[in-house]
Amino acid sequence: MSRKSKRNQPDPVSPPSQAQSAPAAKRWSRRNIFIASVAALLLAFVSATLLYRSEQARSSQFAAAKNLPALASERSPTFGPADAKVHLVEFFDPACETCAAFFPHVKKLLSANPDRIRLSVRHVPFHNGSDEVVRMLEAARNQDRYLPVLEALYASQNQWVRNHQVQADLAWMSLAGLGLDLDRLRREMNAPEVARRMAQDMSDARILGVTKTPEFFVNGRPLPRFGLEELQTLVQEELRRAYP
Amino acid sequence: MLVFGCWLIASTSTLGALFFSEIMDLPPCVLCWYQRIFMFPLVLLLPVGLLPFDARVVSYALPLALAGWLVSLFQVLLVVGLIPEAIRPCTQGVPCSEVQIQWLGFVNIPLLSLIAFSTMNALLIAARIRSPR
Repeated sequence: MSRKSKRNQPDPVSPPSQAQSAPAAKRWSRRNIFIASVAALLLAFVSATLLYRSEQARSSQFAAAKNLPALASERSPTFGPADAKVHLVEFFDPACETCAAFFPHVKKLLSANPDRIRLSVRHVPFHNGSDEVVRMLEAARNQDRYLPVLEALYASQNQWVRNHQVQADLAWMSLAGLGLDLDRLRREMNAPEVARRMAQDMSDARILGVTKTPEFFVNGRPLPRFGLEELQTLVQEELRRAYP
Repeated sequence: MLVFGCWLIASTSTLGALFFSEIMDLPPCVLCWYQRIFMFPLVLLLPVGLLPFDARVVSYALPLALAGWLVSLFQVLLVVGLIPEAIRPCTQGVPCSEVQIQWLGFVNIPLLSLIAFSTMNALLIAARIRSPR
């Protein structure tokens, strides 16, 4: 129906002009009800958001404070001096893009404060098939090649993670040229010790409520909200507190 | 006012869905996105036909509501019966994450959606029957 023909038809809904005032008032109040509903809904949304955020911040703080032993086991890969007073714990999945994006920034935090920060990493292979890659990492520790392997895996991540699916055979290709004894790695990645460490990481993650990666704890304190800036701020806070 | 009630449901569902995904960081699965596609437009479309009231808005809204109802019905059947794990773990836009189905009601969201779409369809059909035009 064209606009013109529609205009020419008498509109059954709109009343004749002399009776305009009463329906106009009704329409006006209808609009008020509508605006009030919009305001009420938005208000409910905002207050629910604030409530949820504060509740969540409190409960994660509480979980971390209560479960400090779950944060880092002495078996986890740890970097930095043992007497550093700021202990950063990262839960990550080698197949997670955000973890790869965070890693250079984490390294920068460490290199900016070489004597003051210690980093422990925990593996939480949430992606399908990622556990095999974690096994490679764990086995690489026996050859003192953890960091080079992790960096090589991160650098080639977009080749062995397709559509959030891990293709472990492609991940093997990025291990070439790192000076690894690959036969030994293959043998040792299925060692019971590796399985034990992985199970420990996963169960600690459950205790601490880690469901997403990367997740950071700085001296036991979780990030108030996920974000790089939040991480940097929290680290600076703890640095100031530990080294006034 | 039936159409107004329908709009209230659509708005509440929209804000609820946004709360789940944006505030609680639960990545929406594909089916959720299809239902959103049919739900979100109603929030804007229905008021256009409400102020002032235009009975034809029912005809414009019903296809969306019916399609959304079908998708939500499909998902509820999927959750209840066949493959409970038909969800994708990691969705773009959300920080890499996985749905851990530990929180009380993964079952609840599709069901809520089905209830919302069913009510909206009932209201719209009632509005259509009541309106002479």
